[in-house]
Amino acid sequence: MSFLTYLKDGISLGSVYAIIALGYTMVYGIAKMLNFAHGDVIMVGAYVVLMLLTRAGVPGILAVVIAMAVCTILGITIEKVAYRPLRKASSPLAVLITAIGVSYLLQNIALLMFGADGKTFVDVIKLPSLSFGDGKLVISGTTIVTILACIIIMICLTLFVGKTKQGHAMQAVSEDKDAAQLMGVNVNGTISLTFAIGSALAAVAGVLLCSAYPIVTPYTGAMPGIKAFVAAVFGGIGSIPGAMIGGILLGVIEILSKAYISSQIADAIVFGVLIIVLLVKPSGLFGKNVQEKV
Amino acid sequence: MAMLTVNNLHVYYGVIHALKGISFEVEKGEVIALIGANGAGKTTTLQTLTGLLSSKQGSVIFEGKDITKVPAHKIVEMGIAHVPEGRRVFSQLSVYDNLKMGAFTRKDKAEIEESLSIVYKRFPRLEERKNQRAGTLSGGEQQMLAMGRALMSRPRLIVMDEPSMGLSPIYVNEIFDIIEAVSKSGTTVLLVEQNAKKALSIADRAYVMETGKITMEGIAEDLLHNEAVRSAYLGE
Repeated sequence: MSFLTYLKDGISLGSVYAIIALGYTMVYGIAKMLNFAHGDVIMVGAYVVLMLLTRAGVPGILAVVIAMAVCTILGITIEKVAYRPLRKASSPLAVLITAIGVSYLLQNIALLMFGADGKTFVDVIKLPSLSFGDGKLVISGTTIVTILACIIIMICLTLFVGKTKQGHAMQAVSEDKDAAQLMGVNVNGTISLTFAIGSALAAVAGVLLCSAYPIVTPYTGAMPGIKAFVAAVFGGIGSIPGAMIGGILLGVIEILSKAYISSQIADAIVFGVLIIVLLVKPSGLFGKNVQEKV
Repeated sequence: MAMLTVNNLHVYYGVIHALKGISFEVEKGEVIALIGANGAGKTTTLQTLTGLLSSKQGSVIFEGKDITKVPAHKIVEMGIAHVPEGRRVFSQLSVYDNLKMGAFTRKDKAEIEESLSIVYKRFPRLEERKNQRAGTLSGGEQQMLAMGRALMSRPRLIVMDEPSMGLSPIYVNEIFDIIEAVSKSGTTVLLVEQNAKKALSIADRAYVMETGKITMEGIAEDLLHNEAVRSAYLGE
């Protein structure tokens, strides 16, 4: 396989990380918490699509839409039931530990319902491959859809946050919850909306991930979730373009490490790069250096 | 009936009894000053009025409606705007977007534009800097932005918390001139200030707070000449 093929695979995997990282980074930016259950919402999305396709025979696109709706409701519910009561807790660790608890809860519910065996994911994306240079570089339909989805999501989110009234409210809440309330912004509603968007994106990420690596287990979301978190930190947590660039770089580094160095230590290299970036620029690549003015 | 009636308000921070039953009134069209030393409970009072803090006991009646339990994000729609202590502008948003946030609950697009031009007329510097990030403004400009942002909701009552804090003397004068102008244009003003002299010079009436209680009240002019006030708060 050529370098270009690896690069393409890296960008594709990185696009999935980026979509997951967007959820992490938005929730962190607005609710100032790390939602470690975010990765497991991906797994729920993947199972929902799988069940709808294999058991109910729902068409692919519709199944994805339903999965997004299910994950949206799940995300809002998790926030409302598990995180909101702890928002004013004296230690931010309380909500962090709860998030880890929710993560295990989702994994174990999936384990009870579907068992530990991997289920083969079905083809949702049925697009022909593109071939370049006499078949030297073949880009599958899944890859094309993944990269396009990532770009479209990125553009839509940037426009939403930067141009719409609700987007400005999100930025206001992210910066100063009290001042935002004085403007008439419902902080709880804004946080719910953020979880809704992040979780809907997680469902999309679930479908894309399992289309590329077609096995679903209760732990499907765990590792990509952690990697996406790394991507979000890498890019500068709280930053939308940061999550995007962080995700894609992470995917590329991972695939290239696997190809040229060793597939066993690829993850170690990924985390090593994170450590180096954080040593050089602690706020991440696109991290904001917030200056307090008194 | 008074525009705003605060009746026997008690507020706690954990076990600390911050407001120990304060009562006061604001009549429509007045400028009311709330003066007192650091920690007297002035900011706590304002934050309780606008729902950022909740009271254990007592009531807040605004224009005949009990707003004691109304959450903070619904207060602005009822006609009260709060200019918080320390300005609290959204530093990552542009000046223009900050002003737009002030009109967050309003839906009348044409009238919002009109309010914007009124604010720009009152604060020409904000128009000059409308595309700049609020975080890049000077302290005085940020104070103007915080006031302009509050005016964007077209409040009937504006409460201001230490608008002159940390500003250079030139800005202090300018800010007080603006407060007077805002009052003249028909908005009722409730002002919390450590700069008691300035506050009393523009206020109609004033209340003096001390450790969670109101210890004195009266016509601002009279308090300005009151011996006890002069020695305790005017440094004379």
